[in-house]
Amino acid sequence: MGIQQTFYEAMREHGITRRSFLKFCSLTAAGLGMGPEFAGKIAHALETKPRTPVIWLHGLECTCCTESFIRSAHPLAADVILSMISLDYDDTIMAAAGYQAEEILDQTIAKYDGNFILACEGNPPLNEDGMYCIQAGKPYVEKLRRMADHCKAIIAWGSCASWGCVQAAHPNPTRATPIHKVITDKPVIKVPGCPPIAEVMTGVITYMLTFDRFPELDRQGRPKMFYSQRLHDKCYRRPHFDAGQFVERFDDEGARKGYCLYKMGCKGPTTHNACSTVEWNGGLSWPVKSGHGCLGCAEDNFWDRGSFYSSVTNLNVTGQVEATADKVGGILAGAAAIGVAAHAAASVVSHTKDSNKGGAQQ
Amino acid sequence: MNSKVASGPHDPANQRAVYVFEAPVRLWHWLHAFSFAALAVTGYLIANPLPSLAGEASDHFLMGDIRLIHFISAYVFAIGFAVRVYWALVGNRYAREIFYLPFWRPSWWKGLFYEIGFYLFLTRRQHKMLGHNPLAQAAMFFLNTLVTIFMIGTGFALYSEGLGIDSWADRMFGWVIPLIGDSEGVHDWHNLGMWVMLTFVIIHIYMAVRADIIGRESSVSTIIGGWRMFKDDQP
Repeated sequence: MGIQQTFYEAMREHGITRRSFLKFCSLTAAGLGMGPEFAGKIAHALETKPRTPVIWLHGLECTCCTESFIRSAHPLAADVILSMISLDYDDTIMAAAGYQAEEILDQTIAKYDGNFILACEGNPPLNEDGMYCIQAGKPYVEKLRRMADHCKAIIAWGSCASWGCVQAAHPNPTRATPIHKVITDKPVIKVPGCPPIAEVMTGVITYMLTFDRFPELDRQGRPKMFYSQRLHDKCYRRPHFDAGQFVERFDDEGARKGYCLYKMGCKGPTTHNACSTVEWNGGLSWPVKSGHGCLGCAEDNFWDRGSFYSSVTNLNVTGQVEATADKVGGILAGAAAIGVAAHAAASVVSHTKDSNKGGAQQ
Repeated sequence: MNSKVASGPHDPANQRAVYVFEAPVRLWHWLHAFSFAALAVTGYLIANPLPSLAGEASDHFLMGDIRLIHFISAYVFAIGFAVRVYWALVGNRYAREIFYLPFWRPSWWKGLFYEIGFYLFLTRRQHKMLGHNPLAQAAMFFLNTLVTIFMIGTGFALYSEGLGIDSWADRMFGWVIPLIGDSEGVHDWHNLGMWVMLTFVIIHIYMAVRADIIGRESSVSTIIGGWRMFKDDQP
């Protein structure tokens, strides 16, 4: 595979028909919310642009991002995307192993220096010089830094790479650190979620390969097309929220009728993701549809907020405070009320005493 | 700055009544108070909703109405505060008191410690005040003015999530969310801000009523009529 090969040629080589290719282009355009005229643009770009290799690194993670990605429900996505992005390196799913596999990294740097995309799943632990994650005999953070030095742009797949996720939850013994805090000199796009939705992943990577740039990002570096709204904004149970109809227990009438799960701790109102529109497993279902609240897996700190089943969560002060705002505030206001009552009693005593002395209080 | 004890018979502090709080200040005080009351109650109910309603969803709009009251009160709260900031610039000297602390003045610190001693019953004699005493001024500044700014900032940041990305609220306040961390965190701190303000309200109402009953000057009627009346002619 020379540098001159286009995406289209690479796909044809992998046995994708032209008809399937065009279908994929239309579906991707629709998936990215770009309107029908962009199908042609995507097709044209893929036919004429040299293929960009993708190196997919794995740090501390559980592989759920890869599992999600290879189950993309776009018909063909598994075939098309995988052949298109030509995962030159991916520890989990590549055939090569050992020295052969590590050689691919050197070859990629030699052939495509500054011209490949680095997709990071998981994050590096920084404590003990990164010794908590060793790959090919070296700390993962060294591999990450080396590849990042030579790449064009970085995709942070999933909540691990984007925020830190479970391994960075308090007290974070290995000091697992999200990608954007380790690599600061390259553009990073965050695609959070534990895992991210497969169609979101393929959508983002197709956009980047097709248009040679990131899709528009929000302030936190997430693609606006998938992360600009909360699940709550597009939730099919929203009318029950607005009406004031809630599930109070998982076995009550409200649960059977499909009422809003907010009181059961659903984090839909604070979670930015596309679950309520794109859904999961080929649009089959998603957490709320299956009767359980959202855990907020696409948001930062979602492990450090105490119960998943409470609408008021713990104040996040570096994971140290295990108390909600209502608890802290209730104590504060209660203490003020007691203090005021005590001071009022003392004032009455003092005032009466002073008055008895003959108005000396003035 | 107002902690001075009057020095002579013609000192304004010896007058029996002084016009202290101008109409916009008084009007804002009550708008602020009532909108906060509405915001605190509806905000608490948004975090901890009322028991579930039965029947068809189309028959009710309870949560929607609670949120609507919250948002309308929030506009009153925020616009009222903006006008109040303007009035601090053009109004009389007492209109400015809650917006800054004259910490560079040794006399202000002296007054502050004097007031702390007074409220700890260590000193019997209370200073005559036209505006706020230094202790009250510090409480107003930290627990009301700063918290108000915090609540407006975090409140509109959360509101922007509903209005949508690139809305006016997102452009003006959206940066607050990544600053604090995430949407859930902003909700939590916004909630705690309400409790801090409620704590202030408890102390504030107590102090105002206490001053009115056993202090040397009027307090409750001053924020209604604007005139500070003194009960004695002594300095």
